Amino acid sequence: MHPVRVDHVTTAEPVLVRANGLTKHFGDFEAVRGIDVEVRRGEAFGFLGPNGAGKSSTMRMISCTSPRTGGELSVLGLDPNTQGPTIRARLGVVPQTDNLDTELTVRQNLQTYGRYFGLSRAQVREKAIELLEFAQLADRADHEVEPLSGGMKRRLTIARSLINDPDLLLLDEPTTGLDPQARHLLWDRLFRLKQSGVTLIITTHYMDEAEQLCDRLVVMDGGKIAAEGSPSELISRYSTREVLELRFAPGTQEAVVPSVVDLAERVEVLPDRLLLYTKDGEGALGAVHGRGVRPLSSLVRRSTLEDVFLHLTGRTLVD
Amino acid sequence: MVETTIPSRSTGVVLSPVRATLIGVEKHWTWYRRNWRATAISSFLQPVLFLVAMGFGFGSQVQPGEATGGQTYLVYLAPALVVVTAVQNATWESTYAVLSAFIWQKSYWGAVVTPVTPAQIFSSQLTWIAFRLVSSAAVFLLVAAALGAVSGPGVVLALPFAVLAGLAFAAPVVAFSATRETAEGFSGLFRFVVIPMTLFTGAFFPISQLPEWLRPIAWVTPVWHGVELARGATFGTLRLLPALGHVGYLVAMVAVGVVLGRRYYQRRLAV
Repeated sequence: MHPVRVDHVTTAEPVLVRANGLTKHFGDFEAVRGIDVEVRRGEAFGFLGPNGAGKSSTMRMISCTSPRTGGELSVLGLDPNTQGPTIRARLGVVPQTDNLDTELTVRQNLQTYGRYFGLSRAQVREKAIELLEFAQLADRADHEVEPLSGGMKRRLTIARSLINDPDLLLLDEPTTGLDPQARHLLWDRLFRLKQSGVTLIITTHYMDEAEQLCDRLVVMDGGKIAAEGSPSELISRYSTREVLELRFAPGTQEAVVPSVVDLAERVEVLPDRLLLYTKDGEGALGAVHGRGVRPLSSLVRRSTLEDVFLHLTGRTLVD
Repeated sequence: MVETTIPSRSTGVVLSPVRATLIGVEKHWTWYRRNWRATAISSFLQPVLFLVAMGFGFGSQVQPGEATGGQTYLVYLAPALVVVTAVQNATWESTYAVLSAFIWQKSYWGAVVTPVTPAQIFSSQLTWIAFRLVSSAAVFLLVAAALGAVSGPGVVLALPFAVLAGLAFAAPVVAFSATRETAEGFSGLFRFVVIPMTLFTGAFFPISQLPEWLRPIAWVTPVWHGVELARGATFGTLRLLPALGHVGYLVAMVAVGVVLGRRYYQRRLAV
Protein backbone atom coordinates (compact mmCIF):
# COMPACT_ATOMS: atom_id res chain seq x y z
CA MET A 1 0.00 0.00 0.00
CA HIS A 2 1.32 3.32 -1.02
CA PRO A 3 1.19 6.12 1.39
CA VAL A 4 -1.11 8.93 0.27
CA ARG A 5 1.03 11.65 -1.11
CA VAL A 6 -0.06 15.09 -0.11
CA ASP A 7 1.32 17.82 -2.30
CA HIS A 8 2.56 20.80 -0.47
CA VAL A 9 0.01 23.40 -1.37
CA THR A 10 1.20 26.97 -1.22
CA THR A 11 -1.98 28.84 -0.43
CA ALA A 12 -1.83 31.86 -2.67
CA GLU A 13 -2.69 35.13 -0.99
CA PRO A 14 -6.19 36.32 -1.92
CA VAL A 15 -6.58 38.75 -4.79
CA LEU A 16 -7.55 42.17 -3.39
CA VAL A 17 -7.93 43.95 -6.71
CA ARG A 18 -8.80 42.38 -10.02
CA ALA A 19 -9.44 44.36 -13.20
CA ASN A 20 -10.29 42.89 -16.58
CA GLY A 21 -10.56 45.12 -19.63
CA LEU A 22 -11.14 48.09 -17.32
CA THR A 23 -11.89 51.35 -19.13
CA LYS A 24 -12.66 54.92 -18.15
CA HIS A 25 -13.89 57.60 -20.54
CA PHE A 26 -14.45 61.28 -19.85
CA GLY A 27 -16.65 62.35 -22.75
CA ASP A 28 -14.60 61.55 -25.85
CA PHE A 29 -11.37 61.19 -23.92
CA GLU A 30 -10.32 57.64 -23.12
CA ALA A 31 -8.28 57.92 -19.92
CA VAL A 32 -8.03 54.18 -19.30
CA ARG A 33 -8.22 51.90 -22.34
CA GLY A 34 -8.73 48.34 -21.22
CA ILE A 35 -6.31 47.26 -18.51
CA ASP A 36 -5.91 43.93 -16.72
CA VAL A 37 -4.49 44.04 -13.21
CA GLU A 38 -4.29 41.66 -10.27
CA VAL A 39 -3.03 42.70 -6.85
CA ARG A 40 -2.61 40.14 -4.09
CA ARG A 41 -2.63 40.68 -0.36
CA GLY A 42 0.67 41.80 1.11
CA GLU A 43 2.03 43.13 -2.17
CA ALA A 44 3.32 46.59 -2.90
CA PHE A 45 2.01 47.17 -6.39
CA GLY A 46 2.89 50.14 -8.58
CA PHE A 47 1.49 52.00 -11.54
CA LEU A 48 4.45 53.71 -13.18
CA GLY A 49 3.90 56.18 -15.99
CA PRO A 50 4.06 59.83 -16.99
CA ASN A 51 1.37 62.37 -16.18
CA GLY A 52 -1.76 61.62 -18.17
CA ALA A 53 -1.06 57.89 -18.48
CA GLY A 54 -4.34 57.02 -16.74
CA LYS A 55 -2.85 56.11 -13.36
CA SER A 56 -5.00 58.45 -11.26
CA SER A 57 -8.18 57.53 -13.12
CA THR A 58 -7.43 53.89 -12.39
CA MET A 59 -6.79 54.68 -8.73
CA ARG A 60 -10.05 56.58 -8.44
CA MET A 61 -11.94 53.62 -9.85
CA ILE A 62 -10.23 51.27 -7.38
CA SER A 63 -11.01 53.68 -4.53
CA CYS A 64 -14.69 53.43 -5.52
CA THR A 65 -15.13 57.15 -6.08
CA SER A 66 -15.23 57.03 -9.86
CA PRO A 67 -17.59 54.64 -11.66
CA ARG A 68 -15.93 52.60 -14.40
CA THR A 69 -16.99 53.03 -18.00
CA GLY A 70 -16.48 49.41 -18.98
CA GLY A 71 -14.80 46.16 -18.11
CA GLU A 72 -14.76 44.34 -14.81
CA LEU A 73 -13.41 45.42 -11.48
CA SER A 74 -13.48 43.81 -8.09
CA VAL A 75 -11.95 45.31 -4.97
CA LEU A 76 -11.67 43.18 -1.81
CA GLY A 77 -13.81 40.67 -3.68
CA LEU A 78 -16.67 43.15 -4.05
CA ASP A 79 -18.07 45.21 -6.94
CA PRO A 80 -17.44 48.97 -6.53
CA ASN A 81 -20.61 49.76 -8.50
CA THR A 82 -22.87 48.18 -5.92
CA GLN A 83 -20.80 48.04 -2.71
CA GLY A 84 -18.77 51.23 -2.79
CA PRO A 85 -19.32 52.23 0.85
CA THR A 86 -18.58 48.71 2.15
CA ILE A 87 -15.32 48.63 0.20
CA ARG A 88 -14.36 52.19 1.14
CA ALA A 89 -14.82 51.35 4.82
CA ARG A 90 -11.84 49.01 4.45
CA LEU A 91 -9.63 51.21 2.22
CA GLY A 92 -7.08 53.87 2.99
CA VAL A 93 -6.72 56.54 0.32
CA VAL A 94 -3.94 59.09 -0.06
CA PRO A 95 -5.01 61.42 -2.86
CA GLN A 96 -2.67 63.19 -5.23
CA THR A 97 -3.55 66.60 -3.80
CA ASP A 98 -3.73 67.00 -0.05
CA ASN A 99 -7.23 67.72 1.17
CA LEU A 100 -6.55 68.10 4.86
CA ASP A 101 -8.68 70.42 6.95
CA THR A 102 -6.10 73.16 7.21
CA GLU A 103 -8.09 75.12 9.79
CA LEU A 104 -8.23 72.18 12.20
CA THR A 105 -5.37 70.85 14.30
CA VAL A 106 -3.29 67.86 13.28
CA ARG A 107 -5.04 65.73 15.89
CA GLN A 108 -8.50 66.93 14.93
CA ASN A 109 -7.80 65.96 11.32
CA LEU A 110 -7.21 62.39 12.39
CA GLN A 111 -10.10 62.23 14.82
CA THR A 112 -12.81 63.75 12.62
CA TYR A 113 -11.73 61.51 9.76
CA GLY A 114 -11.93 58.37 11.85
CA ARG A 115 -15.51 59.22 12.79
CA TYR A 116 -16.53 58.78 9.13
CA PHE A 117 -15.47 55.14 9.48
CA GLY A 118 -17.80 54.56 12.40
CA LEU A 119 -15.09 54.66 15.06
CA SER A 120 -16.14 55.84 18.51
CA ARG A 121 -14.69 59.00 20.05
CA ALA A 122 -12.57 56.89 22.39
CA GLN A 123 -11.29 54.80 19.48
CA VAL A 124 -10.27 57.80 17.38
CA ARG A 125 -8.60 59.46 20.38
CA GLU A 126 -6.47 56.39 20.95
CA LYS A 127 -5.76 55.73 17.28
CA ALA A 128 -4.78 59.37 16.71
CA ILE A 129 -2.06 59.13 19.36
CA GLU A 130 -0.62 56.02 17.69
CA LEU A 131 -0.70 57.61 14.23
CA LEU A 132 0.82 60.90 15.40
CA GLU A 133 3.74 58.81 16.60
CA PHE A 134 3.93 56.94 13.30
CA ALA A 135 3.85 60.15 11.26
CA GLN A 136 6.43 61.77 13.57
CA LEU A 137 4.00 64.61 14.24
CA ALA A 138 3.40 64.07 17.96
CA ASP A 139 5.03 67.41 18.83
CA ARG A 140 2.67 69.16 16.39
CA ALA A 141 -0.46 67.35 17.51
CA ASP A 142 -2.34 70.44 18.61
CA HIS A 143 -1.01 72.83 15.99
CA GLU A 144 -3.11 73.97 13.10
CA VAL A 145 -2.32 72.21 9.81
CA GLU A 146 -1.98 75.26 7.57
CA PRO A 147 1.61 76.26 8.46
CA LEU A 148 3.03 72.71 8.29
CA SER A 149 5.61 71.88 5.60
CA GLY A 150 4.64 69.91 2.52
CA GLY A 151 6.33 66.79 3.86
CA MET A 152 4.52 67.01 7.19
CA LYS A 153 1.17 67.50 5.48
CA ARG A 154 1.85 64.49 3.33
CA ARG A 155 2.75 62.38 6.36
CA LEU A 156 -0.45 63.54 8.05
CA THR A 157 -2.46 62.58 4.97
CA ILE A 158 -0.92 59.11 5.09
CA ALA A 159 -1.54 58.84 8.84
CA ARG A 160 -5.15 59.89 8.25
CA SER A 161 -5.60 57.17 5.63
CA LEU A 162 -4.56 54.58 8.23
CA ILE A 163 -7.20 55.57 10.79
CA ASN A 164 -9.39 52.54 9.96
CA ASP A 165 -6.50 50.02 9.74
CA PRO A 166 -7.17 49.56 6.04
CA ASP A 167 -6.83 46.24 4.24
CA LEU A 168 -5.58 48.09 1.19
CA LEU A 169 -3.79 51.43 1.03
CA LEU A 170 -3.96 53.46 -2.19
CA LEU A 171 -1.30 56.13 -2.64
CA ASP A 172 -1.60 58.46 -5.63
CA GLU A 173 1.76 60.15 -6.31
CA PRO A 174 2.72 60.07 -2.63
CA THR A 175 5.92 62.14 -2.87
CA THR A 176 5.31 64.46 -5.82
CA GLY A 177 6.43 67.97 -5.01
CA LEU A 178 8.52 67.05 -1.96
CA ASP A 179 12.21 67.75 -1.45
CA PRO A 180 14.59 64.74 -1.38
CA GLN A 181 14.84 64.61 2.41
CA ALA A 182 11.07 64.65 2.86
CA ARG A 183 10.71 61.96 0.20
CA HIS A 184 13.14 59.65 1.96
CA LEU A 185 11.38 60.13 5.27
CA LEU A 186 8.09 59.27 3.60
CA TRP A 187 9.52 56.22 1.87
CA ASP A 188 10.75 55.04 5.24
CA ARG A 189 7.20 55.29 6.64
CA LEU A 190 5.75 53.45 3.64
CA PHE A 191 8.40 50.79 3.94
CA ARG A 192 7.37 50.19 7.55
CA LEU A 193 3.77 49.79 6.47
CA LYS A 194 4.81 47.29 3.84
CA GLN A 195 6.81 45.36 6.44
CA SER A 196 3.79 45.25 8.72
CA GLY A 197 1.83 43.53 5.96
CA VAL A 198 -0.30 46.36 4.59
CA THR A 199 -1.10 45.93 0.91
CA LEU A 200 -0.03 49.03 -1.01
CA ILE A 201 -0.97 50.31 -4.44
CA ILE A 202 1.14 53.26 -5.53
CA THR A 203 1.08 55.44 -8.59
CA THR A 204 4.18 57.38 -9.43
CA HIS A 205 6.08 58.94 -12.25
CA TYR A 206 9.34 58.58 -10.34
CA MET A 207 11.21 55.47 -11.33
CA ASP A 208 13.29 55.57 -8.15
CA GLU A 209 10.12 55.56 -6.07
CA ALA A 210 8.80 52.56 -8.00
CA GLU A 211 12.11 50.73 -7.55
CA GLN A 212 12.24 51.54 -3.84
CA LEU A 213 8.71 50.56 -2.92
CA CYS A 214 7.16 48.20 -5.43
CA ASP A 215 7.40 44.42 -5.47
CA ARG A 216 5.60 44.39 -8.78
CA LEU A 217 4.48 47.10 -11.12
CA VAL A 218 2.88 47.89 -14.43
CA VAL A 219 4.21 50.51 -16.79
CA MET A 220 1.30 52.61 -18.05
CA ASP A 221 1.26 54.82 -21.09
CA GLY A 222 -1.65 56.37 -22.95
CA GLY A 223 -4.25 54.57 -20.84
CA LYS A 224 -2.77 51.12 -21.49
CA ILE A 225 -0.38 48.77 -19.75
CA ALA A 226 2.89 48.55 -21.65
CA ALA A 227 4.62 45.98 -19.43
CA GLU A 228 4.31 44.19 -16.12
CA GLY A 229 6.73 42.60 -13.69
CA SER A 230 9.02 43.21 -10.75
CA PRO A 231 11.45 46.11 -11.17
CA SER A 232 14.38 43.75 -11.75
CA GLU A 233 12.41 41.55 -14.17
CA LEU A 234 11.39 44.57 -16.20
CA ILE A 235 14.94 45.84 -16.32
CA SER A 236 16.37 42.50 -17.45
CA ARG A 237 13.58 42.02 -19.98
CA TYR A 238 13.58 45.47 -21.53
CA SER A 239 17.04 46.81 -20.92
CA THR A 240 20.67 45.75 -20.63
CA ARG A 241 22.61 45.42 -17.43
CA GLU A 242 24.55 48.63 -17.94
CA VAL A 243 24.12 51.90 -19.72
CA LEU A 244 26.86 54.13 -21.08
CA GLU A 245 25.80 57.78 -21.16
CA LEU A 246 27.75 60.03 -23.50
CA ARG A 247 27.08 63.76 -23.14
CA PHE A 248 27.57 66.13 -26.07
CA ALA A 249 26.88 69.76 -26.82
CA PRO A 250 23.16 69.79 -27.65
CA GLY A 251 22.61 69.21 -31.35
CA THR A 252 25.91 67.45 -32.04
CA GLN A 253 25.03 64.07 -30.54
CA GLU A 254 23.07 62.80 -33.57
CA ALA A 255 26.14 62.88 -35.85
CA VAL A 256 28.05 60.53 -33.54
CA VAL A 257 25.49 57.72 -33.75
CA PRO A 258 26.92 55.96 -36.87
CA SER A 259 30.37 55.63 -35.31
CA VAL A 260 29.11 54.03 -32.06
CA VAL A 261 25.92 52.20 -33.06
CA ASP A 262 27.61 48.82 -33.38
CA LEU A 263 29.17 49.08 -29.87
CA ALA A 264 25.83 48.58 -28.10
CA GLU A 265 22.73 46.43 -28.33
CA ARG A 266 20.69 49.59 -28.67
CA VAL A 267 21.31 53.34 -28.81
CA GLU A 268 18.85 56.00 -27.60
CA VAL A 269 19.28 59.61 -28.69
CA LEU A 270 18.28 62.21 -26.11
CA PRO A 271 18.51 66.00 -26.64
CA ASP A 272 21.95 66.31 -25.04
CA ARG A 273 23.32 62.77 -24.92
CA LEU A 274 23.43 59.25 -26.28
CA LEU A 275 22.52 56.21 -24.21
CA LEU A 276 24.38 53.04 -25.22
CA TYR A 277 22.74 49.89 -23.86
CA THR A 278 25.33 47.21 -23.28
CA LYS A 279 26.38 44.45 -20.89
CA ASP A 280 29.74 46.07 -20.39
CA GLY A 281 29.71 49.83 -20.07
CA GLU A 282 33.41 50.34 -19.36
CA GLY A 283 34.36 48.18 -22.34
CA ALA A 284 32.06 50.18 -24.61
CA LEU A 285 33.52 53.43 -23.29
CA GLY A 286 37.04 52.21 -24.12
CA ALA A 287 35.90 51.33 -27.64
CA VAL A 288 34.24 54.75 -28.03
CA HIS A 289 37.50 56.49 -27.10
CA GLY A 290 39.41 54.12 -29.39
CA ARG A 291 37.37 55.41 -32.31
CA GLY A 292 38.30 58.99 -31.58
CA VAL A 293 34.86 60.02 -30.34
CA ARG A 294 35.25 62.73 -27.69
CA PRO A 295 32.09 63.30 -25.58
CA LEU A 296 31.96 66.24 -23.11
CA SER A 297 31.50 63.71 -20.36
CA SER A 298 30.63 60.06 -19.93
CA LEU A 299 29.03 57.90 -17.28
CA VAL A 300 28.57 54.18 -16.84
CA ARG A 301 25.57 53.20 -14.74
CA ARG A 302 23.17 50.34 -14.15
CA SER A 303 19.88 50.24 -16.01
CA THR A 304 16.82 51.65 -14.26
CA LEU A 305 13.08 51.64 -14.84
CA GLU A 306 13.59 54.93 -16.64
CA ASP A 307 15.45 52.97 -19.33
CA VAL A 308 12.63 50.44 -19.43
CA PHE A 309 10.14 53.21 -19.97
CA LEU A 310 12.30 54.83 -22.64
CA HIS A 311 12.57 51.52 -24.45
CA LEU A 312 8.86 50.82 -24.26
CA THR A 313 7.58 54.25 -25.22
CA GLY A 314 10.46 56.16 -26.76
CA ARG A 315 9.92 58.90 -24.20
CA THR A 316 11.27 59.81 -20.79
CA LEU A 317 9.09 59.65 -17.69
CA VAL A 318 9.54 63.19 -16.46
CA ASP A 319 9.65 65.70 -19.29
CA MET B 1 -19.70 34.26 -9.90
CA VAL B 2 -19.19 33.22 -6.31
CA GLU B 3 -17.84 36.06 -4.29
CA THR B 4 -15.07 35.08 -1.98
CA THR B 5 -15.07 36.95 1.26
CA ILE B 6 -11.67 38.39 1.96
CA PRO B 7 -10.91 38.43 5.66
CA SER B 8 -10.51 41.92 7.03
CA ARG B 9 -8.30 43.51 9.64
CA SER B 10 -9.94 46.89 9.09
CA THR B 11 -11.93 48.61 11.83
CA GLY B 12 -13.96 50.68 9.35
CA VAL B 13 -17.70 50.15 9.03
CA VAL B 14 -20.48 51.71 6.97
CA LEU B 15 -22.63 54.20 8.88
CA SER B 16 -26.38 54.45 8.48
CA PRO B 17 -27.41 57.48 6.38
CA VAL B 18 -28.61 59.35 9.46
CA ARG B 19 -25.43 58.62 11.44
CA ALA B 20 -23.29 59.56 8.44
CA THR B 21 -25.11 62.88 8.18
CA LEU B 22 -24.66 63.57 11.88
CA ILE B 23 -20.95 62.68 11.80
CA GLY B 24 -20.60 65.21 8.99
CA VAL B 25 -22.36 67.79 11.14
CA GLU B 26 -20.03 66.92 14.03
CA LYS B 27 -17.10 67.70 11.74
CA HIS B 28 -18.58 71.12 10.90
CA TRP B 29 -19.06 71.68 14.61
CA THR B 30 -15.40 70.84 15.31
CA TRP B 31 -14.43 73.47 12.76
CA TYR B 32 -16.93 75.98 14.13
CA ARG B 33 -15.72 75.64 17.72
CA ARG B 34 -12.28 76.78 16.57
CA ASN B 35 -13.32 79.38 14.04
CA TRP B 36 -16.70 80.82 15.11
CA ARG B 37 -15.28 84.26 15.79
CA ALA B 38 -14.68 84.82 12.09
CA THR B 39 -18.38 84.28 11.38
CA ALA B 40 -19.76 86.17 14.37
CA ILE B 41 -19.70 89.60 12.75
CA SER B 42 -21.74 88.66 9.69
CA SER B 43 -24.16 86.38 11.48
CA PHE B 44 -24.80 88.22 14.77
CA LEU B 45 -23.46 91.73 14.76
CA GLN B 46 -24.67 92.84 11.34
CA PRO B 47 -28.35 92.11 11.94
CA VAL B 48 -28.19 93.80 15.32
CA LEU B 49 -26.71 96.91 13.71
CA PHE B 50 -29.51 96.77 11.18
CA LEU B 51 -32.10 96.55 13.92
CA VAL B 52 -30.58 99.52 15.74
CA ALA B 53 -30.23 101.68 12.63
CA MET B 54 -33.58 100.87 11.07
CA GLY B 55 -35.59 100.26 14.22
CA PHE B 56 -34.35 103.04 16.47
CA GLY B 57 -32.95 105.46 13.92
CA PHE B 58 -35.22 105.30 10.92
CA GLY B 59 -38.09 103.89 13.00
CA SER B 60 -38.24 106.98 15.20
CA GLN B 61 -39.60 108.83 12.16
CA VAL B 62 -42.38 106.30 11.58
CA GLN B 63 -45.73 106.65 13.33
CA PRO B 64 -47.31 103.41 14.53
CA GLY B 65 -50.30 102.88 12.27
CA GLU B 66 -52.26 100.48 10.14
CA ALA B 67 -49.22 99.51 8.06
CA THR B 68 -47.28 98.53 11.17
CA GLY B 69 -50.18 96.72 12.76
CA GLY B 70 -50.32 99.40 15.42
CA GLN B 71 -46.81 98.52 16.60
CA THR B 72 -43.79 100.75 16.83
CA TYR B 73 -41.59 100.33 13.77
CA LEU B 74 -38.92 98.63 15.88
CA VAL B 75 -41.30 95.95 17.10
CA TYR B 76 -42.86 95.66 13.63
CA LEU B 77 -39.42 95.14 12.12
CA ALA B 78 -37.93 92.59 14.54
CA PRO B 79 -39.67 89.37 13.39
CA ALA B 80 -39.11 90.25 9.74
CA LEU B 81 -35.47 90.97 10.39
CA VAL B 82 -35.08 87.46 11.82
CA VAL B 83 -36.22 86.12 8.46
CA VAL B 84 -34.07 88.47 6.40
CA THR B 85 -31.03 87.61 8.52
CA ALA B 86 -31.68 83.90 8.22
CA VAL B 87 -31.85 84.10 4.43
CA GLN B 88 -28.69 86.21 4.29
CA ASN B 89 -26.79 83.86 6.57
CA ALA B 90 -28.13 80.95 4.55
CA THR B 91 -26.67 82.51 1.42
CA TRP B 92 -23.22 82.88 2.95
CA GLU B 93 -23.25 79.36 4.29
CA SER B 94 -24.37 77.84 1.01
CA THR B 95 -22.07 79.69 -1.40
CA TYR B 96 -18.45 80.33 -0.41
CA ALA B 97 -18.41 77.65 2.29
CA VAL B 98 -19.67 75.03 -0.16
CA LEU B 99 -17.38 76.02 -3.00
CA SER B 100 -14.45 75.97 -0.59
CA ALA B 101 -15.23 72.41 0.38
CA PHE B 102 -15.12 71.51 -3.31
CA ILE B 103 -12.15 73.51 -4.59
CA TRP B 104 -10.20 75.43 -1.91
CA GLN B 105 -10.15 73.34 1.25
CA LYS B 106 -11.28 70.28 -0.74
CA SER B 107 -12.74 68.73 2.39
CA TYR B 108 -15.50 66.98 0.42
CA TRP B 109 -12.83 65.12 -1.52
CA GLY B 110 -11.44 63.87 1.76
CA ALA B 111 -14.84 62.67 2.91
CA VAL B 112 -15.87 61.00 -0.31
CA VAL B 113 -13.17 58.30 -0.08
CA THR B 114 -14.60 57.21 3.29
CA PRO B 115 -17.77 55.08 3.50
CA VAL B 116 -19.79 58.31 3.38
CA THR B 117 -21.63 59.03 0.10
CA PRO B 118 -21.95 62.31 -1.83
CA ALA B 119 -25.65 62.49 -0.97
CA GLN B 120 -24.80 62.16 2.73
CA ILE B 121 -22.17 64.87 2.40
CA PHE B 122 -24.90 67.12 0.96
CA SER B 123 -27.27 66.24 3.81
CA SER B 124 -24.58 67.09 6.36
CA GLN B 125 -23.98 70.45 4.73
CA LEU B 126 -27.68 71.35 4.72
CA THR B 127 -28.22 70.10 8.28
CA TRP B 128 -25.25 72.14 9.42
CA ILE B 129 -26.72 75.23 7.75
CA ALA B 130 -30.00 74.58 9.57
CA PHE B 131 -28.12 74.44 12.86
CA ARG B 132 -26.33 77.70 12.09
CA LEU B 133 -29.62 79.37 11.18
CA VAL B 134 -31.30 78.24 14.39
CA SER B 135 -28.45 79.39 16.60
CA SER B 136 -27.92 82.77 14.94
CA ALA B 137 -31.66 83.49 14.89
CA ALA B 138 -31.91 82.58 18.58
CA VAL B 139 -29.05 84.89 19.49
CA PHE B 140 -30.56 87.66 17.42
CA LEU B 141 -33.92 87.29 19.17
CA LEU B 142 -32.25 87.48 22.57
CA VAL B 143 -30.46 90.67 21.59
CA ALA B 144 -33.66 92.07 20.09
CA ALA B 145 -35.51 91.31 23.33
CA ALA B 146 -32.78 93.02 25.35
CA LEU B 147 -33.14 96.08 23.11
CA GLY B 148 -36.87 96.16 23.71
CA ALA B 149 -37.75 95.24 20.12
CA VAL B 150 -40.03 92.45 21.24
CA SER B 151 -43.61 93.01 22.36
CA GLY B 152 -44.39 89.53 23.59
CA PRO B 153 -43.51 85.84 23.56
CA GLY B 154 -45.11 85.39 20.12
CA VAL B 155 -41.87 86.43 18.51
CA VAL B 156 -40.44 83.01 19.39
CA LEU B 157 -42.66 81.63 16.61
CA ALA B 158 -40.73 83.75 14.14
CA LEU B 159 -37.72 81.51 14.65
CA PRO B 160 -38.89 78.27 12.99
CA PHE B 161 -40.38 80.20 10.10
CA ALA B 162 -37.16 82.15 9.63
CA VAL B 163 -35.15 78.94 9.60
CA LEU B 164 -37.56 77.40 7.10
CA ALA B 165 -37.25 80.43 4.83
CA GLY B 166 -33.47 80.28 5.16
CA LEU B 167 -33.39 76.62 4.21
CA ALA B 168 -35.78 77.23 1.33
CA PHE B 169 -33.12 79.47 -0.12
CA ALA B 170 -30.08 77.52 1.09
CA ALA B 171 -31.04 74.16 -0.42
CA PRO B 172 -31.21 75.31 -4.05
CA VAL B 173 -28.22 77.63 -3.58
CA VAL B 174 -26.08 74.78 -2.20
CA ALA B 175 -27.09 72.79 -5.28
CA PHE B 176 -26.15 75.77 -7.48
CA SER B 177 -22.78 76.12 -5.73
CA ALA B 178 -22.05 72.46 -6.41
CA THR B 179 -22.09 73.30 -10.13
CA ARG B 180 -19.61 76.21 -9.86
CA GLU B 181 -15.92 76.12 -10.69
CA THR B 182 -15.24 79.65 -9.43
CA ALA B 183 -16.86 82.13 -7.04
CA GLU B 184 -17.76 84.45 -9.92
CA GLY B 185 -21.47 83.70 -9.91
CA PHE B 186 -21.81 84.51 -6.22
CA SER B 187 -21.39 88.27 -6.35
CA GLY B 188 -24.18 88.38 -8.92
CA LEU B 189 -26.33 86.25 -6.65
CA PHE B 190 -25.79 88.66 -3.76
CA ARG B 191 -26.21 91.82 -5.83
CA PHE B 192 -29.16 90.88 -7.98
CA VAL B 193 -31.01 88.36 -5.84
CA VAL B 194 -30.21 88.61 -2.15
CA ILE B 195 -30.08 92.38 -1.71
CA PRO B 196 -33.30 93.12 -3.66
CA MET B 197 -34.90 90.19 -1.85
CA THR B 198 -33.87 91.76 1.45
CA LEU B 199 -35.14 95.25 0.68
CA PHE B 200 -38.26 94.83 -1.41
CA THR B 201 -40.14 91.79 -0.19
CA GLY B 202 -42.10 93.11 2.74
CA ALA B 203 -39.64 93.13 5.61
CA PHE B 204 -39.14 96.90 5.82
CA PHE B 205 -42.42 98.03 4.23
CA PRO B 206 -45.51 96.19 2.94
CA ILE B 207 -45.22 95.08 -0.67
CA SER B 208 -48.50 96.87 -1.36
CA GLN B 209 -46.22 99.91 -1.68
CA LEU B 210 -44.52 98.29 -4.68
CA PRO B 211 -45.69 98.94 -8.23
CA GLU B 212 -48.21 96.26 -9.09
CA TRP B 213 -46.01 94.57 -11.72
CA LEU B 214 -43.23 94.05 -9.19
CA ARG B 215 -45.30 92.24 -6.61
CA PRO B 216 -45.29 88.81 -8.30
CA ILE B 217 -41.50 88.92 -8.08
CA ALA B 218 -41.75 89.38 -4.33
CA TRP B 219 -44.22 86.48 -4.13
CA VAL B 220 -41.71 83.96 -5.48
CA THR B 221 -39.03 84.87 -2.92
CA PRO B 222 -38.67 82.85 0.29
CA VAL B 223 -38.23 86.10 2.23
CA TRP B 224 -41.75 87.31 1.47
CA HIS B 225 -43.29 83.99 2.57
CA GLY B 226 -41.07 83.89 5.63
CA VAL B 227 -41.88 87.47 6.63
CA GLU B 228 -45.62 86.89 6.22
CA LEU B 229 -45.37 83.82 8.46
CA ALA B 230 -43.01 85.26 11.06
CA ARG B 231 -44.78 88.59 11.43
CA GLY B 232 -48.24 87.01 11.37
CA ALA B 233 -47.22 84.49 14.04
CA THR B 234 -45.62 87.14 16.22
CA PHE B 235 -48.63 89.45 16.21
CA GLY B 236 -51.24 86.70 16.16
CA THR B 237 -52.70 87.72 12.81
CA LEU B 238 -51.73 84.58 10.91
CA ARG B 239 -54.65 82.60 9.48
CA LEU B 240 -54.45 78.90 8.82
CA LEU B 241 -54.99 78.72 5.07
CA PRO B 242 -52.45 81.36 4.03
CA ALA B 243 -50.06 79.89 6.60
CA LEU B 244 -50.31 76.46 4.99
CA GLY B 245 -49.76 78.04 1.60
CA HIS B 246 -46.61 79.84 2.72
CA VAL B 247 -45.20 76.81 4.51
CA GLY B 248 -46.05 74.57 1.56
CA TYR B 249 -44.25 76.89 -0.82
CA LEU B 250 -41.12 77.03 1.37
CA VAL B 251 -41.10 73.26 1.91
CA ALA B 252 -41.38 72.77 -1.85
CA MET B 253 -38.32 75.00 -2.34
CA VAL B 254 -36.39 72.91 0.18
CA ALA B 255 -37.50 69.71 -1.57
CA VAL B 256 -36.43 70.94 -5.00
CA GLY B 257 -33.09 72.03 -3.57
CA VAL B 258 -32.55 68.66 -1.89
CA VAL B 259 -33.30 66.71 -5.07
CA LEU B 260 -30.98 68.92 -7.14
CA GLY B 261 -28.30 69.04 -4.44
CA ARG B 262 -28.09 65.28 -4.06
CA ARG B 263 -27.86 64.91 -7.84
CA TYR B 264 -25.19 67.61 -8.31
CA TYR B 265 -23.06 66.38 -5.40
CA GLN B 266 -23.13 62.87 -6.82
CA ARG B 267 -22.28 64.16 -10.30
CA ARG B 268 -19.37 66.23 -9.07
CA LEU B 269 -17.87 63.95 -6.44
CA ALA B 270 -18.23 60.63 -8.25
CA VAL B 271 -16.75 61.30 -11.69
